[in-house]
Amino acid sequence: MSAGIAELPLWADALVATLLVVAAAFALIGSFGLAKLSDFFRRLHGPTKAATLGVGGALLASMLHFGVRDGAVSLHEVLISVFVFFTAPVSGHLLAKAMLHLEGKSIDDLAAPPGTPAERDGPG
Amino acid sequence: MTAAVLPFVTLAFVLGLLLSTYRLVRGPSIPDRILALDTLYMNALALLVLLGIVLDTKLYFEAALVIALLAFVGTVALARFVLRGDIIEPTQ
Repeated sequence: MSAGIAELPLWADALVATLLVVAAAFALIGSFGLAKLSDFFRRLHGPTKAATLGVGGALLASMLHFGVRDGAVSLHEVLISVFVFFTAPVSGHLLAKAMLHLEGKSIDDLAAPPGTPAERDGPG
Repeated sequence: MTAAVLPFVTLAFVLGLLLSTYRLVRGPSIPDRILALDTLYMNALALLVLLGIVLDTKLYFEAALVIALLAFVGTVALARFVLRGDIIEPTQ
């Protein structure tokens, strides 16, 4: 598996590896949140923040890898990450609106119920 | 060093794919499934970028960009269909 990977200087190799591990951790946590959490509006947090950051980290690692290999800044990844980081909040907002619509509510109905959030959630 | 961590990184992204597939199958609501599909797209995009690093080629960036575009357009179209019952509304 390692046969195809270009030889990079140690600092670049270590930085790429670190970025990849951090990105994988974020993506895994985001996806785990999507599978595990109990309510749609809670589940919305995982993919829109953590998983997007995971993709961003992988793109940063790729940018460093190809930047050091070629000795020039690689701009493909910048394009992809800017696009991903701009579109993730938009799709999250639309999905939240769609769920509110299905529940027959609008954003104006979302007044805070009494009690602190911890009291409302109860144990577990 | 990158070669050493690659199996774990790949495993993490594949686990992400599996977890979002679980949510896609289980639902229970339509926005849940759309969100799971969006996460599936994002994990696939990250895996494709990872494949580009492993094979040491820039060939996959265009594919990754197309996946990102399709993910956004697909999510917006589906969410809009849920929201309005139509994707492109006819003008009066």
